[in-house]
Amino acid sequence: MTELFLSFRLAFLVTAILLVLGTPLAYWLSFSTFRAKFLVEAFVALPLVLPPTVLGFYLLVAMGPNGPLGKLWLALFGHTLAFTFTGLVIASVLYSLPFCVQPLVASFERIDPKLLAASRVLGANSWRTFRTVILPLSIPGVITAIVLTFAHTLGEFGVVLMVGGNLPGTTRTVSISIYDHVQSIEYAAANQLALTLLAISFVLLALVYGLNRRVGVRWLAN
Amino acid sequence: MAGELAATGLRVRAHIARGTFHLDVDFSVPPGITILFGPSGAGKSTLLDCIAGLIVPKEGEISVGAKELYSSQRAINLAPQQRHLGYLFQSDALFPHLTAKQNIEYGIARLSAPDRDIALVELLKLFRIEALASRKPPELSGGEAQRVALARALVTNPKALLLDEPLSGLDAELKSSIITDLRAWNGARQIPILYVTHDRTEVDALGERVITMDKGKIVQQGIPRQVLDAPRKQSLALASGFENILEGIVREIRLEDGIMRVALSGSASIEVPLGHNKPGDAVRIAIRAGDILLALERPKGLSARNILQGTIQSLEQRSVTMICKVAAGANFEVHVTLSAARVLGLRPGSEIWLVLKTYSCHLVS
Repeated sequence: MTELFLSFRLAFLVTAILLVLGTPLAYWLSFSTFRAKFLVEAFVALPLVLPPTVLGFYLLVAMGPNGPLGKLWLALFGHTLAFTFTGLVIASVLYSLPFCVQPLVASFERIDPKLLAASRVLGANSWRTFRTVILPLSIPGVITAIVLTFAHTLGEFGVVLMVGGNLPGTTRTVSISIYDHVQSIEYAAANQLALTLLAISFVLLALVYGLNRRVGVRWLAN
Repeated sequence: MAGELAATGLRVRAHIARGTFHLDVDFSVPPGITILFGPSGAGKSTLLDCIAGLIVPKEGEISVGAKELYSSQRAINLAPQQRHLGYLFQSDALFPHLTAKQNIEYGIARLSAPDRDIALVELLKLFRIEALASRKPPELSGGEAQRVALARALVTNPKALLLDEPLSGLDAELKSSIITDLRAWNGARQIPILYVTHDRTEVDALGERVITMDKGKIVQQGIPRQVLDAPRKQSLALASGFENILEGIVREIRLEDGIMRVALSGSASIEVPLGHNKPGDAVRIAIRAGDILLALERPKGLSARNILQGTIQSLEQRSVTMICKVAAGANFEVHVTLSAARVLGLRPGSEIWLVLKTYSCHLVS
């Protein structure tokens, strides 16, 4: 069960970090008039098209003793990032970035620009407009972003294998563990983990969607 | 210009370029309602966005009273939230997730709760929206939503008010009651209000002053009767309800009488006020259908100088007005009341005399 716990811990952490980092990025992508914005958009979307092994490979190199990230980490903490839980979190944040940012951008851009203009004319600065108009009207988008990021991180396999390896308690997530069991023809153990993951994921999603439907947009309205 | 502008007036000089559209204006709005009138595409909404700070002009100055909102020369450009203006959009732009009350309170969040309530109670009462306070915008009718949006703009005590066709889509009765409320509100405050419309009836109902715009330029300024009764452009003449636009050629100029004689494209000729023309010039003359009198016999002893004989071509009743098409050298449209049509016994084919005052004939370019 340590694998399950590890996977959920990773997914929670990555979702939390991405909400904090992804929301300002999504805001910028939605409202900036910067000309080279398309380059950032392309970068954010990269993990959608790259095979996880490609992303994982470059991350592994960057995090290793000769990579820039690895060197930095070595200087700061005395060890590299590869094959550690922290390394796994960083890799997952990058890998799940579009799953958080794209639903947010889509819902920010759907808001009637007249509402944003009205808010500003009524004296609200950008931060207040974001808090009191944009965010409350984007609740469904935020929930989609949370669910997609969480689910995607929970299910990732290739990047974890490349960057984290298979260290019990540190980097061996559920998906890796299931793969291990299948490799060793331990179908009963694989099934037990897979079924547990399936059940927990379903209950979690059902809770989120149910809550979203009941509470709807009123969540942050005040 | 500067002399007539009160200390609280709105002053705008701006050059705006958006793609191929250029807007060049220079005008001031004194306290009270000023109408910005013109056909759609004239740049009226763009101008309001520019005053509100939502778009930045290439060059110019915008100020309210002594406060500068924008000055290209002095590199001043206040953000919309620093301008203290009220702006009512064509769509009500109410926040759909907030109640009517929360919408109205949005602009006065910095006030203490008791001050907020004082400001709110007055406006809720004035605009008769107390009963709607806890409703959300989707549960409001069009008229109710516009009242709430207007209250939301006014509660902040703006230094100037911008209204972009705020009452389009409302029926006449609702319109005039909202306008009455707005006047009552502004009675004590006397802020400049710039009211955009392309509807002639609103100009008549509202207007202290009117500025007419076409293709990004100001065409005329003045009180409604001066400006709209003597439109210098044909597009404005049509928009402001001149049913008759006649082509003619100047035949004779009588400087001492201040008139000229114009031969219409048919056989008729009429006297019109003097313009900057010379004999032989082609001119266009706009005449309101309601400014033409009908007579069964040739009238005598009238001050009106233009009396034309003609034949009624057709009659058509439109609500309480009878619309007569008359051939009298040229083709005229004449509006008379139903009772006048009945008493005169008008029917197609009747012989009829048209009577036009010289000053009802307006030269347009």
